[in-house]
Amino acid sequence: MKSATTGTRGMFTSDRGMNNFNNRMFTFFVWGISACIILFICALLYLILQKGLPSLTWDFIMGLPSEMEEGGGIGPALFNSFYMLLISLLIAVPLGMMAGIYLAEFAPENKVISFVRICVEGLASVPSIIFGLFGIALFVEMFQVGLTIIGGAVSLAFLNLPVMTRVTEEAIRAVPQDMKQASFALGATHLQTIRRALIPTAVSGIVTGICLVAGRAFGESAVIILTAGVTTSGEMWDFNLLSPGETLAVHLWYVQSEAIVPDAVSISDKSAAVLVFIILMFNILFRIPLWIKERKSR
Amino acid sequence: MQLETSVQSLKMGTEESELGGSIKAGSGRMLDRKNRLLFYNRSFKIACIASASFVCLVLFSILFFMFRTGVLTFRDVPMATFFFSTDWSPENESYGAFVFIFGTFALTLLTLLISVPLSIIIAVFMAEVAPKWMRNLLRPVLDLLVGIPSVVYGFLGLTILIPLLRNITGTNMGDGILAAAIVLTIMVLPTISRISDDAISVVPRKYRDASYALGATRFQTIFKVTIPAARSGIMYGVILGMARAIGETMAVVMVIGNTPQLADALFKPTSVLTSNIVMQISNVPFDSTWNNALYMMGFLLLVISLLMIVLVRLLQQKGAHR
Repeated sequence: MKSATTGTRGMFTSDRGMNNFNNRMFTFFVWGISACIILFICALLYLILQKGLPSLTWDFIMGLPSEMEEGGGIGPALFNSFYMLLISLLIAVPLGMMAGIYLAEFAPENKVISFVRICVEGLASVPSIIFGLFGIALFVEMFQVGLTIIGGAVSLAFLNLPVMTRVTEEAIRAVPQDMKQASFALGATHLQTIRRALIPTAVSGIVTGICLVAGRAFGESAVIILTAGVTTSGEMWDFNLLSPGETLAVHLWYVQSEAIVPDAVSISDKSAAVLVFIILMFNILFRIPLWIKERKSR
Repeated sequence: MQLETSVQSLKMGTEESELGGSIKAGSGRMLDRKNRLLFYNRSFKIACIASASFVCLVLFSILFFMFRTGVLTFRDVPMATFFFSTDWSPENESYGAFVFIFGTFALTLLTLLISVPLSIIIAVFMAEVAPKWMRNLLRPVLDLLVGIPSVVYGFLGLTILIPLLRNITGTNMGDGILAAAIVLTIMVLPTISRISDDAISVVPRKYRDASYALGATRFQTIFKVTIPAARSGIMYGVILGMARAIGETMAVVMVIGNTPQLADALFKPTSVLTSNIVMQISNVPFDSTWNNALYMMGFLLLVISLLMIVLVRLLQQKGAHR
């Protein structure tokens, strides 16, 4: 009898008291570590916002930066951030969506298409600095335009193109087949089906993707430093595509590590707060309506 | 009876041909609309194919440009010197990139050593231990954290972490590979833990039930059943986190010290591939060997990141076959 029990000893039958103790320790441990990490991260976010937001003034947000004296603002950098974001989205979103729709809807299942998928995935994993180097080779060397807003925006668009493609493909694939078949049965063409049935159903995924891409473009700095430079044209509302285009994220780095203004610490505190605040706003504005919609439909 | 059916079929036949005839005759607005729709349909498809090819074109032109410029390095610098010499002083025509290659690998390894255990603990917590309301709160928060710009993390590292490290060590050396690894850990933690969390959540419930039925505690179930079952998903998350750590630039630049010396101690200013490229590329003329060497370093990064994608693909195939 005894030998039988030892023979069938599974991996779970060791000392029971020890097991219970381990289990309790483990639960305690997991709760403890997780609580620590989450509190730590929340504290970091709070710290950024709390250091910068209270001392924020309108003069700072709209003001011109200064090279030497105190009291420089972030106006042109902030404007460039939005301007470049807009241009890069105008390029990346339509192209990325169409490529995603092709992969989800039109593409046949063969070797070429699976190679295209690997390309998209590969491009999505290319480090951002490589897009910066590519931007230099393309705009500074080949087209000889120097460090410009358009160069930065196009490089950013390249960075975001594969992400947009993948997100769109996944969102469209997730639409139930019934929808598509019902639309075809009503005599709709493929384009009509995509426009009227597939995209409206997949809109939640696509908007989340655009939000992700926009946040990434807004906060990206390595690409911008290489392709659009670390200076602004020095005036507000400069829509010229060929002027240098430092963005807010770059300004944060530049002020902290290169600039010689005496109030660098306070400028970078405030810039960081503005940057994080805007990213949080993007997410809150676009994603919370979608959550609520999903909760309701569930 | 037979006659009736044949008449009926004849009738249907004529009706069909009448309908077909009216379309073939090509009159009326219906038909214009049909042609137009078909035309739109076809041009949309072509536009889609064009954009998909464009995405591939971007990847190949990046590969081409990086390789073409990078390979020029070996005109002036022997390959062995570039890969194995630790002496990087472009002013004296000596281009040894070993310091940066080693730095990148050491930094990535250290980051993974810290971040993988922590991420798996958080993933287990979210998928298995936490109550439902907390889970629903935590997942969006982690998704938000993925979107915080890297330069903000670098800024935090520079203003909070480095003074802290200086206090702890009691020297005035704070920046180095440890500081960079801690900053990177905070950055890749949400990525790895969210993907592992998804992987653990999709482990079938029956596995867990079977394990509990055998008398296992929760601790044993998680470590001996759930995590092994979710292994391939967790690996996927780790590789994505690794790719992010290797390619991260600005957060690393701000805390690593940017000095080309070998990273053989935790608190020693050093440099990695990305940080060296971004610090030096703006100051060198395009046709110089220095510039070519920087492009070669970029090409190395590119190859490493593409290899990782191949690895992910292989893992996914393995996961699908199982």
